[in-house]
Amino acid sequence: MLAHSLFFYFFSSVAVFSAVMVTISRNTVYSVFFLILVFISISILFIMIGAEFLGMVMLIIYVGAVAVLFLFVVMMLNVNEKATERPIKKNFINNISVGYIVGAIIFLELLVVIGGWKYKSNFIKLSSTDLSVSNTHALGSVLYTDYIHLFQISGIILLVAMIGAISLTFTKRENIKRQSYFSQIEREKSTAVKLLEVESNKGVNLDD
Amino acid sequence: MIEIGLGHYLCLSAIIFTIGIIGVFLNRKNVIIILMSIELILLGVNINLVSFSVYSQDLVGQIFTMFILTVAAAEAAIGLAIIVIYYKNKGSIDVEQINSLKG
Repeated sequence: MLAHSLFFYFFSSVAVFSAVMVTISRNTVYSVFFLILVFISISILFIMIGAEFLGMVMLIIYVGAVAVLFLFVVMMLNVNEKATERPIKKNFINNISVGYIVGAIIFLELLVVIGGWKYKSNFIKLSSTDLSVSNTHALGSVLYTDYIHLFQISGIILLVAMIGAISLTFTKRENIKRQSYFSQIEREKSTAVKLLEVESNKGVNLDD
Repeated sequence: MIEIGLGHYLCLSAIIFTIGIIGVFLNRKNVIIILMSIELILLGVNINLVSFSVYSQDLVGQIFTMFILTVAAAEAAIGLAIIVIYYKNKGSIDVEQINSLKG
């Protein structure tokens, strides 16, 4: 019980601190890194209270996809004009120190998780559901039976989001030769080949 | 204090939700941080749902959390696409300068 409370306070304080840093940090890249830290801490909390599938999914979706998306956009847009005005060397040192801080905190959290895995039975105190069925199994058996329509609708939402994002950012470039599939497929023998009757000693006049 | 119950998780979710809302209002610099604050708000909601779901041993809360994750991912993708084309057209994503709609 003591271990659980210690872990809860550690991870929640890290999460709250990083959430504050997301909002007040000057550099947008640092905000993205602190956002990653928030999501890692919260997913560890989820795993601790017995919602392990959601914790893992959160890691995969947020840290693996959404945060990388944010990072790409931040890098493409060049938003920090104030930060680039400073001399390069100082900037470099700042980058290194913030990276060290975030990396050290994540490493500490991983150590704590590995150390706490031994006392795992103490953690799941709140949820006394039957331990014969894992959380993922139980979640799947509810999700794919009672909530199958909502599940499919969420798939459609993802599809619409994907199409929307592509069609928003897609730009047709000029001066580029493109392949025209339809004219290729529509091509037939009558339009492609012209048969001529050639008289002897006259030849043919080809006009192209 | 030592015993971690439902209240602690609810407090954590409330704190993170509030930080997200304050981040939306406080930030006048660029739109990307506002999007990240919206992600924080959704995270607070998720913590609330999961802790209630574990406390009352009802899996429906976790399923709704999955749907919220889906919608949050879609929202982030669309929002970032809008930011990219806005930057391409206007050359800046300062919140102060986004006033074409005269809202």
